[in-house]
Formats: sequence, structure tokens, C-alpha cells
Amino acid sequence: MSSTVVETTPKVEPQVEKNYLNADHTIKSWLLTTDHKRIAVLYLISVTVMFFFGSVAAALIRYELTAPRGLLLSSEAFNKTFSAHGVFMVFFFLVLAIPATLGNFLVPIQIGARDLAFPRLNLLSWYLYTIAAVLVLISMFMGGVDAGWTFYTPLSSTYSNTQITLCLVGIFISGFSSIATGVNFVATIHKMRAPGMTWFKLPLMIWSTYATSVIVLLGTPVVAITLFLVVVERAFGFGIFSPELGGDPVLFQHLFWFYSHPAVYIMILPAMGIISELITCFSRREIFGYKFVAFSSMAIAGIGFLVWGHHMFISSQSVYQGIIFSLISFIVAVPSAVKVFNWSLTLMKGSVHFSTPMIYALGFLGLFVIGGLTGLYLASVDTDVHLTGTYFIVAHFHYVMVGGTIMAFLGGIHFWWPKMFGRMYSEFWGKLSAIIVFVGFNFTFFPQFILGYLGMPRRYHLYYFAPEWQVYHIMSTLGSSILGIGFVLPAIYLTHSLVKGRKAEANPWDARGLEWEYTSSPPITENFAKTPVFRGKVYDYDAVADAAKYEGEIEPVIEGKGRTNV
Amino acid sequence: MNSGLFNLIASGIFQFPLMPEQASEGAARYDALFLTISALTVLFTVIVYVLVAVLAVRYRRSAKIDRSNPMTHSTILEAIWLGVPLVLGLIMFVWSATNFIKVRTMPKEGKEIFAMGKQWMWHFEHLDGIRENNELHVPVGVPIKMTMISQDVIHSMYLPAMRAQYHVVPGRYTQLQFTPTKTGEYLILCAMHCGTQHSEMVGKLIVLSETDYQKWQDNGGNRFRPSPKTMEEAGRLTFNEQGCANCHTNVDNPRAPTMLGLMDSKRTFTDGSSTIADADYVRESILNPERKITAGWENIMQSYHDQLTEEEVMHLVKYIQSLSGVKGDYEKSEFPSDPQATRKLNTTDSANREQSAGAAQFQQTPNSK
Repeated sequence: MSSTVVETTPKVEPQVEKNYLNADHTIKSWLLTTDHKRIAVLYLISVTVMFFFGSVAAALIRYELTAPRGLLLSSEAFNKTFSAHGVFMVFFFLVLAIPATLGNFLVPIQIGARDLAFPRLNLLSWYLYTIAAVLVLISMFMGGVDAGWTFYTPLSSTYSNTQITLCLVGIFISGFSSIATGVNFVATIHKMRAPGMTWFKLPLMIWSTYATSVIVLLGTPVVAITLFLVVVERAFGFGIFSPELGGDPVLFQHLFWFYSHPAVYIMILPAMGIISELITCFSRREIFGYKFVAFSSMAIAGIGFLVWGHHMFISSQSVYQGIIFSLISFIVAVPSAVKVFNWSLTLMKGSVHFSTPMIYALGFLGLFVIGGLTGLYLASVDTDVHLTGTYFIVAHFHYVMVGGTIMAFLGGIHFWWPKMFGRMYSEFWGKLSAIIVFVGFNFTFFPQFILGYLGMPRRYHLYYFAPEWQVYHIMSTLGSSILGIGFVLPAIYLTHSLVKGRKAEANPWDARGLEWEYTSSPPITENFAKTPVFRGKVYDYDAVADAAKYEGEIEPVIEGKGRTNV
Repeated sequence: MNSGLFNLIASGIFQFPLMPEQASEGAARYDALFLTISALTVLFTVIVYVLVAVLAVRYRRSAKIDRSNPMTHSTILEAIWLGVPLVLGLIMFVWSATNFIKVRTMPKEGKEIFAMGKQWMWHFEHLDGIRENNELHVPVGVPIKMTMISQDVIHSMYLPAMRAQYHVVPGRYTQLQFTPTKTGEYLILCAMHCGTQHSEMVGKLIVLSETDYQKWQDNGGNRFRPSPKTMEEAGRLTFNEQGCANCHTNVDNPRAPTMLGLMDSKRTFTDGSSTIADADYVRESILNPERKITAGWENIMQSYHDQLTEEEVMHLVKYIQSLSGVKGDYEKSEFPSDPQATRKLNTTDSANREQSAGAAQFQQTPNSK
């Protein structure tokens, strides 16, 4: 990338040792920070804690289901466990894991800004998230909720005697956290791009974060209000959703899915952004069809708002409504297909490195393809009839959410870890755990497709009436143990790397982008010593030179070029 | 598409069933589409896996290969992978929508069954009055039309072997149809989380041969005491017991419209809107009459919200449905304008009431006129 810098007075004092992590060591300096990088670290810790709680619930569910009559839990406890799993994972991990950690860290740096547009709003969003998470955890430890993460009325509004009110208030508050982050990203991407950083020179991570933020701003208020209406009905007996009070239970589903289907794209679009970064870097070439990939994110964000009815094909919605929603659902699959083919062809004539983040990216492709294609069974209005509400749905959305979002999240964390913390982790353990996650994941969730087709409804505690399902449940539980190891390993070796890891250079992957070429690892609090001016092109990799470098032919030339301008 | 064959292939030390039983007319049609989409899924998965594996290995960093002039975009290629999935998707869509319309079109002929979901059991009632809990007996080869309602939360009537499912919603009727083609016992499941014992809201669909079904029916069902009345009769009894006939006589009168010919007729309301009278409309008019007042009448009917069970409402709907075939062709009779007569009507006990003016008309089946 041929870039120059704006003439500014060069700073004389040595900046090498100072970075955003060691700028100040007090706890207060962390809790009152407005530095987007520190807030990203705070978020990383918070979402990891919530992911841990969600995983414990998942492990309990899987253990319980190995026997047709259960092993440990009562049906009530089982229902509370899967509800907790869903609430933690969806509202407190998946919808924000990537935007709030990697997004927060990268959006300003990738566009050449010193911080987000509203740094204090950013800090507020973390506090809102924390308050919300604490409220929800309290509701879980005070007895939990038993209506599932979807909180369908009138079960949630008038029939359940569990801690639903407190839990919903928590989720309501977490919605404002998402909205604050969304506003921040949209304003920052519009107004704070470095000179020369035009829209079509933005990294695709920024495009997908932008598309995500638009969905967050349009959708989150709807679900927040919807869940709040459930609280109002519970607390004051206003008839909104309960037919006994004169309400309409199906109205809840419309309002809920109006957000919650786009929320799937809130979860997957940032993941797609990460994959575009990883595949270009480790193929050492520019992305195939940049504009197609960028516009497909926006297309997904737009069309994604018109498909919510495919969650309701058999909910008493009219036949014609069902058919229209089915048609639009088939259409929304196309932009995702475009992305998959563009990523695949990006490997062509590249110089492919099988580093840890790349293994995750390839794993993402493998799982996302299955997740996306099995969505067709559910977009198709007729096949959905037999599959909706079964383990087929469970398998499908785990392929997209876990196989997609979490693979990309882990890939992204491994890619930007040296940038965030200035340390390298062990490549051996990194690659091994990426492979373990891929294998364990397929073992866990593939059998669930078959279970669903056989007719096992989701959220069932007991299945003594169909013992032939047990073999698949056992496979699934074995797989989840492997998957669990795949999640524990990174937690260990990444933490270990913070202390013992080799110090990372500014650009350990020889990657392109402002965050690699213009900041140190970890970056200084202001990100850039001088405001960068972007004159080159995005993803300016050179596969020929990279492969040649491998053979040691023209090594001196590359050295002389000096890709790192710290 | 023989599920037995698939299962045989997959069976080893353990049984690995791969397909649910096909026991309805719609099941084979369903599986044809399901397996076609499966074939496409496998095809595209293989394409992407092979493409990625071949490219990643071929262009691995250590490979000595020409990397010059990489393609950065190709309108033709992108049009292909935008167009091919779109066209295939649209074909699947049309196929699926056609199937769905068939699934959602209720049979005109066949057997009608009333199903009620409640936490945590299924209650069924046949037109002839036989009631069953968590078991449903049906004859093979006959289209079954189920009218369903929930007494509490949302449930989902799920019959995997029939490939049939539909939500059972409180406050409105929903419908489900299937035609069983194989005798045997199949699962009835609730596939919408409905509270603590959701996974035990499980019943048995028992498909009997015609003769067995006849025997079962003649015995009045094998488990529960037969109801003395058909659903229609039970409805007529409720109609009279609740005093409906006092106002809803066999002609439109100043107090209330007649029930004769009401079902399926167009109703225009005081606010100018209109609807075709169906089961949901009749149900709403019994429970919340003030919501829709037929043009020309006053809002004077009381709500029966707290006085009727969901079952009684269903009986009333069935009874009113039975009065539909006599549109505009009924005996003209004066509404008892004498206040004395009205009072008498209201005070007579239920036994006498069946003999009284308005109600007497309803005792006769419309066809007998």
C-alpha cells in the first residue's frame, strides 16, 4: 500500500513502550476509560463470562438428553436450563460478541480514526450491558425462567410463574447497549474515515459492521418494546398478547421475529466481515469481487427485514402470507451464496498460508455452507411444516450461529490477538483447537438434523416414547464434549500467551490494512502517532512476491520495502 | 423413498433410523421435496468443499505455480452464481408452495375431529360425541380434518408420520388435515414449548382399518364412556340451556338476528365493515358480542366469556353450523311481541323451555322442514 502521512510535528518522546494497555494501570483507569480498545477488552471479558454460563447450561442439556428419561434434572429444571442457555447465548453473546469486541477495537483503527464518534456513549453501552447481564444472572439464580429465549406469549406473559419479569427487564436494558454501539459505529463510519479512505476502499469488516449497525438501529427498539409489553402484561394485566385479556398471542410472534430474524444477520454479518479479512490475508491476494461482497451485506440487511414470517408458517398466518414470506426467504439466501463463492475463488492464484486464523476461516466456510443450505428446507414453506419446532431447526441455527459466528469470532480473535495484546500464542495449539472445534461441532449438530427429520421436537426433556432417538443424542453429546475441549483450549493458551507469549511485532501476519501497517502491537492510546492518509487500494497483497519470499529468492527486496511504518 | 430400505442400509450394531414412517398421503409428496432439497444441499456442499480444498492445496504457499494476474472479479461468473441458486431456489419455491396449498386446503369430504390442547394433554372429540384423551382413533384412507383450539398457551399439533403440523392457539380456531394410508400407531406430539411437562404432552394416533374402526365406533370408543349426544345435539342443548333461543329465534327480530343460514353468510356490521361468518366469528360473537354488532341491531347481548367452556363453545359452533343450509328458506313466524310471553320464556325451566316458541323451531333439523 503506497501511503503517505500528513505533515505533523513528530513526537520526540519514545512511544515504543507505551501502549493502550500499559498507559495506566489503575482499576479506575479501566472502569472509566473511554478508549475504544479498552472498552473492547472489557467487552471481551464480559462476553467470555456469559459464554461460560451459556456453555455450562448447554453441557447440562446435552448430558441430560443421553437417556430417554433424563438423568439429573426435573422437567422444570430442564426447561429453565435451556431457557438460560438461549438467553445467555443469544442476547448476551451472539448479538454482540463480534461487534462489541473486535468491532469496537477495529472500527476506528481500520478507518484511521483515533476513537469512536461518541467515546462516552461507548463506555455507557458497556455499563448497560453489564447491568443487564447482572440482572439476568440474578433472575437465573433466583429461580430462572422457563419460557425459552423466545418468550412466546401467553406462556411467558400470563402462565409462567418464573422470574420472567426481571429477566426481560435485563434483556430490555441490554437492547439499549446494542443501540448505543450501533449509533456509534454508524456515526464513526460516516464521519471519521481518514483522508483518502473512501467507501470502496473500506475493509469489508467495516462494510459488514456498518450493515449490522443499521439492522441494530432498526430492529432492536422493536424487540425491546415487545419484551417490555410482555412485562407490562405480566405486571399490570393489560391485555396485549393474552387472549383472555383481549390480546393476540400471535401478534407477539410478529413483533418478536421482526427483530429476531434480522438479529440472525446481526450475528452472522460481522462474522462474514472477519472471514473476508482472514481469507484475503492468508491467501495474500485481494478479495474476489469486492463490490459484490460489500453490496451483498447491504442486501442481506435490507431483505432480512422482510422474511420474519418464515418463523410463523404454521402459526395461523394466512396461506398467502406464508407463500410470500417463503419466496422472499429463498431470495435472501442468494447474497450469502454469492459471498461463499467469492471467498472460495479468492484462494485462486493466492499464496495460501494455513495459519490458525485461516484454519478457522476454512472451518467457517465448511460449516456455514451446511448451515446456509439447510436454511432452504425451512425457507421452503412446505418442508418447514414437518421440521419447524424440531431438532432440525436446532441443528440449522447452530450451524449458522456456532459454526458461523463462533468460528469467525475465534478466527478473528486469533488473527487480531497479537494486535490487541502484543503477544503471540502457540500456533500448534491454535491449529489443533481449530480442528477440534470443527470436528466436535459436526459430531454435535449433524445428528440433530436426522433427529429433527425423525420428529424429535426441540425443548423436549423426555423421549421415552421413541427410544430409537437415543443413539443420535449420545452421538451429539459425545460431540459436544469434543467441542467443549475446543473451547477450553484457546481459553488456556491465549491466557497463557498474555504472560509467556512471544512479543508480537507490529505486523506479524504481513497483513494489509491501517491496523497492521500504521499502528504498533498493541497500539498506543491515540491509535496513530500521525493521522494516516490512505492513498493505496484495499487488500493490496501480492501473492507472487509472497510465494517468492517463501523460496527465499527475493527476500532482500521485500525487507527493503519495509511494510511497517510505526 | 422407502424408509425401510434406508433404515436397513443404516442399521449395524445400533439402529440408525434415517426417515420417519410414511403413513399419510401427503408424506410421500413431502419426502419427494425433502429429498430433492437434500440432494441439492449435498451437491452444493460438495461443490464448495471440493472447490475450496482444491484451490487451497493447489495454491498453498509452498506450491510452485503461476500466480500472476489473479482474477479480481468476473461479471459472468458472479452472474452465474447469483443466477443458478436463484433459479433453483425459485423452482423449489414453486414446488413447495404448490404442496403447501394442498396441505392447507381442508378436505370437503371426510371426517371432522375437534381437538383441544391444554397444559399438558390433548383432548379429542368426534362429531358423534365420542371423546378421547391423548389418543385419537381414525379410519385408514379417510381424509381427516381437525379443528383445533387451545385452552391456555400455544401448543402445536405435530404428527411426524403424517408430516402434518399446525399450531394450536388460544382464542382462535386453527385447522389441520391429513389422510392416513397405513394402519398402526403413530406419535402425536406437542412441538411448541408449553411449560413444565411439554415433553409429556404426547399422545397416540391410532389408525384403524375400516372394519376395526366401525367396531370401535359401535362400542362407543374403547376407553371412554360414550357421550350420549353428538356434538350437534350437545350444542343444541347448550343453546337452549343458556337461553340463546329466547332472542335468536328462527327469524330476524328486533332483538337479535336469526341463526338460520348464518354460517358462511356475509355479515355487515354497525361500523361498516363486513365479514363472512365462520367458526371464529361465531366464537367471538358468543364470547365478546360487543366487538362486532350486525348492522340493524343494538349492542344488548351479554358476554358468555366466563359462562361457557371451550368445549361448549365448540358444540355451539357445530350446532349453528348445522343450521346453515336453510338460507332464506324458513318458516315465517312472529317474534313474541307480547311482553307477557317474553317473561314467560325467560322464567320457564329448561325442560319447558325446549317446548317454548323460539326454541321449538331449533329442535327440528332444518332439513325436516
